[in-house]
Parts: sequence; C-alpha cells; structure tokens
Amino acid sequence: MTPHTIRFILPTLAVFAAGAAIAAAPNPARTALLDGYAAQAKAQSPAFAGFSAERGRALYLGPHGGGKPETNACAACHTPDPTAQGRHQRTGRGIEPMAVSANPKRFTDPVEVEKRFDRDCPAVLGRACTAQEKGDFITYLSGQ
Amino acid sequence: MPRRLAAAAALLLLSGVAASANEFERVRPVTNDATRKECGECHMAFQPGLLPAGSWTRIMDGLDDHFGEKASLPPGPAAEIRAYLTGNAAGRGDPTLLRITEQRWWLREHRFRPEVWLRKDVMSKANCEACHRDAARGLYEDD
Repeated sequence: MTPHTIRFILPTLAVFAAGAAIAAAPNPARTALLDGYAAQAKAQSPAFAGFSAERGRALYLGPHGGGKPETNACAACHTPDPTAQGRHQRTGRGIEPMAVSANPKRFTDPVEVEKRFDRDCPAVLGRACTAQEKGDFITYLSGQ
Repeated sequence: MPRRLAAAAALLLLSGVAASANEFERVRPVTNDATRKECGECHMAFQPGLLPAGSWTRIMDGLDDHFGEKASLPPGPAAEIRAYLTGNAAGRGDPTLLRITEQRWWLREHRFRPEVWLRKDVMSKANCEACHRDAARGLYEDD
C-alpha cells in the first residue's frame, strides 16, 4: 500500500464511521414517541416491563385472525422484509420501507404514526392496537 | 361548388371531433400539499376535476369507510382537503356516484376485457398510472 493509497483510505473510513454513528444515534422524536407509549402501557397494565423487538417482529409478520383475510399481517402490504418497499394491497400504490435503517423518517411524526395505527390495526387485527403493541412494533423496526 | 362543399365537410368533421374530445383527458394537476400527501399515501392523488363537488363532499363525509378501508383524517387536513376538492371540482359528472370509475365518461373510455384489471402491474381501476404514464400530472390522453 502506497502512502498515497493510505491518504485516500483513511479519510474515507472516517466518513463511513461518522455516517454509522449518525445512523445509530436514536432520533429524539422517536425516543419521545416510545416514552409516551411506555407511559400509556404502564397505565394500561402494571405488569408492563418494557418493549420487545421479538414481540414486535411477531406482530409484524403475523399471521393474525380477526382482521381482513387479505391483510392478516403488516407484512401483507409491507412485505416480510421491512427494509423492502411495500405495496398497497388493493391499489398497488408503493409504500416506503418500514425499517428505520431504510427509511429514517419512520416513527418521527406522532400524528402520522397514530393515524396509521388507527387505520391499519383494525384492518390487520380487527381491533385497535394497545400501547405495548405500538411500542413493540416501533422497537422492532427501529432495529431493522 | 365542390370546393365549398369540401370546406363545409371538413368543418363539420372538425366540429364533430371537438365535440367528442373528452374534457377529462386533461385536467388541472393537484396543487394542494395536504391533498397530495394524504390522498396520495394509498392511491394516486386524483385531480379534483375528475369528480363533481357532490361526489367529493360525500367521499369526505365517509372516510371512516372509504370503499371498505378506514381512511379517517385529523380535522385540520380533512377540512383543507375537502375545501380544495370541492372548490376545484368538475362542472360535469354524476354527483350521486362516488367512484371516478363509475362515471359515464370513464366507462366509455375503458371498455376492455375484464382480465386487464387483474394484471399484476395494474391491480386496480384506481391505478391510473399503470397505463397513463402522466396521470399524476393530469394528462390522460395517451391511450
């Protein structure tokens, strides 16, 4: 390796490292959203002991009963791979990826997040989601 | 006077073409951000000029069951979108019909074999862009 190559590689590595640090840093809006759901979950059930990415994954992948047969899981539209682009089950409209790594804007606007849970939970589960389910879901997708 | 006759015939032909040209083939694009965002989340944000005001009013009244889907909106954006859609609505069309795809002019222009709608790249009659590449800009003449 010539000194010239090293001079090129070192700064490149530094840029990548900085990029990774930014990506890994928790978004304050998302943290606040999760804190809010945690407070609600505690109020709904005293046994609440934090969110679980594993439960969030099970919620995402389904399949569930109770909702519409054609949307028996989040994955029905968002695909089993949350980093992939989804597709509206009826209209074919593209849906941006759910995974935060692929779509850093996810779960940063509380009004938007509540609007989507309010619409999609009845379609998938046949009922509203609990605060714990919302937190589990966001926790899972924040790590994807 | 054969020349005059020919001119008259040409005029007649031209006026005939003009009368049959569909005013819905070229509509004003969506200029309201809330409409573009909220409607465009699940389907192409249809231009207000594709439906009469009465249809838009009934659509906005029934977002809790929007053709079988829950599409409710917070009051702020809902009011803004309602005003934009009804304020820029078509002057023509049947206000008792909610679907663009049930309007008479639309049916006249889409007499295909039913399996066309089942194609994977089409999926739905609401997917204008599958065939009309510039549909989002309000241009539907490319058929």
